[in-house]
Amino acid sequence: MKYSIFSLARAALSGHKNWQRTWRDATPKDRYDVVIIGGGGHGLATAWFLASEYGIKNVAVLEKGWIGSGNAGRNTTIIRSNYGLPGNTGFYELSMKLWERMEQDLNYNTMVSQRGVINLYHSDAQRDAYARRGNTMRINGIDAELLDLAAVKKMIPFLNFDNARFPVQGGLLQRRGGTARHDAVVWGYAHAASALGVDIIQNCQVSGFSRDANGKVTGVETSRGKIGAGKVGMAVAGSSSRVAAMAGLRLPIESHVLQAFVSEAIKPLIPGVMTFGAGHFYVSQSDKGGLVFGGDIDGYNSYAQRGNMPVMEDVCEGGMALMPMIGRVRLLRQWGGIMDMSMDGSPIIDKTPVDGLYLNAGWCYGGFKATPGSGLVFAHLLARDQSHEEAARFRLDRFRTGAMIDEKGQGAQPNLH
Amino acid sequence: MRIVCPFCGERELGEFTYLGDAKPVRPAAGASEDEVFDYVYLRDNVAGETSEYWYHGGGCRSWLKVARNTLTHEISSVEPAAGAGARQPAK
Repeated sequence: MKYSIFSLARAALSGHKNWQRTWRDATPKDRYDVVIIGGGGHGLATAWFLASEYGIKNVAVLEKGWIGSGNAGRNTTIIRSNYGLPGNTGFYELSMKLWERMEQDLNYNTMVSQRGVINLYHSDAQRDAYARRGNTMRINGIDAELLDLAAVKKMIPFLNFDNARFPVQGGLLQRRGGTARHDAVVWGYAHAASALGVDIIQNCQVSGFSRDANGKVTGVETSRGKIGAGKVGMAVAGSSSRVAAMAGLRLPIESHVLQAFVSEAIKPLIPGVMTFGAGHFYVSQSDKGGLVFGGDIDGYNSYAQRGNMPVMEDVCEGGMALMPMIGRVRLLRQWGGIMDMSMDGSPIIDKTPVDGLYLNAGWCYGGFKATPGSGLVFAHLLARDQSHEEAARFRLDRFRTGAMIDEKGQGAQPNLH
Repeated sequence: MRIVCPFCGERELGEFTYLGDAKPVRPAAGASEDEVFDYVYLRDNVAGETSEYWYHGGGCRSWLKVARNTLTHEISSVEPAAGAGARQPAK
């Protein structure tokens, strides 16, 4: 169905009893042109772009649980395009532009709210680094403003500006950044893809690949039977290594746990997204009033979807350093998601050495903002067998050739990215 | 998660720093590019029982080899890593 003010009015007049399902819960067919493993934001977005941009509609998305039950439903909903290195800068801006038209494209309210993202700086050196990043963004046509202390005080007057150790000196602001409703993004892509004929198949865990005599992938073996495929795309985030291993591949990826937190609801306080530059703490406020925040990954390999206390303490200390007034706000919920941490902190969207198998992985803890861009470039790769121009550097072989995209300059130590 | 350091006893996680999988072994100086690439960049990224290096920086500053399950965070053994610089004291 198509959503509009009229459909809303019609449904309201009939007591909201006649809403149709947002998308179709399909049963698997014998064969598809493209099978996407992973019913998160990236997998569903890929399916939608395949159907809408590239005319490939015989597509299935396989999800082992329910759609959006992994990282798509576990992130802190931040969208931004403030990256500094060639490869990342253009890609994330492509994604940002797709966020800006997503609701019209999908005919679904994903609650994209460009309320601004400000990264605070606390030293002269950090100001210089942020100025450089802001200039990189502006040269590439992306909005960025370097704010001094007076401008920050005017914008977010409730911060602790008397912090002697980490004084706020200013911030780098991207006004077009902000937040989006993460579950609605999943449902929106499912809604639009399903309407174009994409089969969304839940409770369907992949247990292996079918290969022909030449080693080409010809389908997948799943908990709901064998499904044939012309091509298979993986978009399984923290499970990338496990699924790739079924095809005999080892990846430059480690799976780590990242925690996120929500406080009890309070009155409107935080206007956009803020990050504390002297530690690792980022926060926004949801429409329900809860403070949504997070920080570093825990730092050890994990598939457990739950973290430990030291990082929780560290994140809360970051919040307290920035705004001591939240000290009496109670933490409501806390959870973990499994991040596919790559060896240089940047994603991989490429063919694999296995014919017919395509990889979309290595999003580290920044996959949500990439959702629409990732869907577009991965669909391009699957449809055309060549990289989209904005994803041409996200190659799997860059770790061998040395063409790393390492924003933090940490080297091959995934838990430091 | 708590780690029972063989030198210091049971300590909280915040005292330890993680290096990673203990399985990759540094190739010899004359090793091929493939071997070095494999050592530096590729990981088994095991879901289940794995062996890994942790550093007890908040305690005895020893390197430890920890057997841990990445699905449950359960630790089954902790021993001094080769070259940790100290022998396990007699109990």
